[in-house]
Amino acid sequence: MPKTMSEKILARAAGVPAASAGDILWVNVDKAMLDDILGPRVEIAEKMLEIKDEVWNKDKVVVISDHYTPPANAKQAEIVKFTRDWSKRHGIDNYYEYVGPCHQIMAEYGHVLPGTVVLGTDSHTCMGGALGAFASGVGSTEMLGILLTGKTWLKVPETIKVEWTGRLAPGVMAKDISLKTIGVVGHAGATYKTVEYCGPAIEALSLDERMAITNMAVEMGAKAGLIAPDQKVVDFLAARDITTGYELITSDPGAVYCETHAFAAGELVPMVSCPHEVDNVAEVGALGKKAIHQAYIGSCTGGRYEDLAAAARILKGRKIAKGLRLLVSPASQEIWKQAAADGTLSVLADAGAAILAPTCGVCVGLHSGVLADGEVCISSTNRNFIGRMGSKNAGIYLGSPLTVAASALTGVITDPRQFI
Amino acid sequence: MDAAIKGKVWKYGDNINTDIISPPQFMELSIAEAAKYAMAGVDPDFAAKVRPGDILVAGANFGSGSSRETAPLTLKHLGVGAIVAKFFARIFYRNAINLGIPVIECRDADKIASGDLVEIDLGRGVIRNLTRNQEYPCSKIPPHIQELIVDGGLVPYLKKRV
Repeated sequence: MPKTMSEKILARAAGVPAASAGDILWVNVDKAMLDDILGPRVEIAEKMLEIKDEVWNKDKVVVISDHYTPPANAKQAEIVKFTRDWSKRHGIDNYYEYVGPCHQIMAEYGHVLPGTVVLGTDSHTCMGGALGAFASGVGSTEMLGILLTGKTWLKVPETIKVEWTGRLAPGVMAKDISLKTIGVVGHAGATYKTVEYCGPAIEALSLDERMAITNMAVEMGAKAGLIAPDQKVVDFLAARDITTGYELITSDPGAVYCETHAFAAGELVPMVSCPHEVDNVAEVGALGKKAIHQAYIGSCTGGRYEDLAAAARILKGRKIAKGLRLLVSPASQEIWKQAAADGTLSVLADAGAAILAPTCGVCVGLHSGVLADGEVCISSTNRNFIGRMGSKNAGIYLGSPLTVAASALTGVITDPRQFI
Repeated sequence: MDAAIKGKVWKYGDNINTDIISPPQFMELSIAEAAKYAMAGVDPDFAAKVRPGDILVAGANFGSGSSRETAPLTLKHLGVGAIVAKFFARIFYRNAINLGIPVIECRDADKIASGDLVEIDLGRGVIRNLTRNQEYPCSKIPPHIQELIVDGGLVPYLKKRV
């Protein structure tokens, strides 16, 4: 019987010949990821002391301090210190700090492999679906169980198929695909389900762009966001000296989907998500002149190399609007180095951008760019919930890095196509 | 076990996300301190007025957004006895069960208002609104999950049995 990617990957992880949507399986977890904000310091460390203070397999555990780095105050510094010390005490070699948001680091360092199950204490863990992994966010108590046993139970989700035909027009990015899809499916439309993206427009995207899409699957309530792994995934891994130990698992022709959506990429225009819900989506042109105070390019969703390069294309030789601030946080140290080496960061800085450390801090209002009452920000990140970036009387719009850059030039939310 | 939960209702709307329940700016605090800001996104006075055993009732998609367990943890710290919603976001639902908080899905959640006194029969899957003299069907919690909730969550449940 034909099967979806989710059914096949979860059956493999459970060691059963086949599984179907609705089955509840005990699966072996291939990689368990903890971050600083929701990792050991929330219940996990203390409760492990009470049960068994040893992780089941230290090579399968990855700990990444990314939300509170660099710390804004002594409490945040204590949390990072605690996370670092806990990891050391448990012999976890895969500990990272100050190198970038966890999902990017998981991908860059080869911890997300096609056909595997990756669970993490951050809801955007689903980004790993761009590499063909069944990746999903879990809470801290569930992670505690995984750390002790290496297993958890998962219900095999039904799958929503989202097909994008054709090709994107200039000035339109993967982020616009993501926002358009979320606007149609709705922020609870995929609750308990997998969203599988396919079609020529998706196949044509680079991995940087694909990650911007699967990252936001959880904004529809989804358990996982998947894209069939192909040669681009093989090349991405080969560049990291990984050529074996994974399996390219794709959905079978004729697999059963609970819902199907089809979109024409050629008709897509730049989109924004308006305050305070991610599915409150509109075409940029429909907003009128919406003034902004801050523009932000960064995070696990919108701070990859191609995002910075896209912004640099339209900021080159221009200056951002007076009185406005543009913040840029490359999604990793590696991206920082690449963008510095080829001059991309200089172009952004020359236009007036403040370049920040690779961090989650701005996206979630923990440090480096918190908004005041009445301020408006346009951001390439993944969430615009009320109060997320600081004051609950601030407004957050989400857009592609091109839209953020164009808006930074004019001071109002702007369709980037006029600068292309 | 006593399968009925009785309490006074605090009522909120649709799409109460985890940034509302547990604002990110307060996550570096202890759970006891962070709990003072629970639900601050929609009701800054929630922590001051909620009493142990009270029942939080909301609309659709309660707990959407982050995997942050500080959201159910702070509600648990304040003594919230149960959460009723039309439906829950996936990770929040799992987190609440793991922490021993009854989460009940009820299509008629809109018929319940703040201040109502309700009684939830977990085994039969019925919510009785004692203030309005109405009954609404709701999701049932199977006995083995009820045991986990009565034990106080996954960790005490496992400690007792492993």
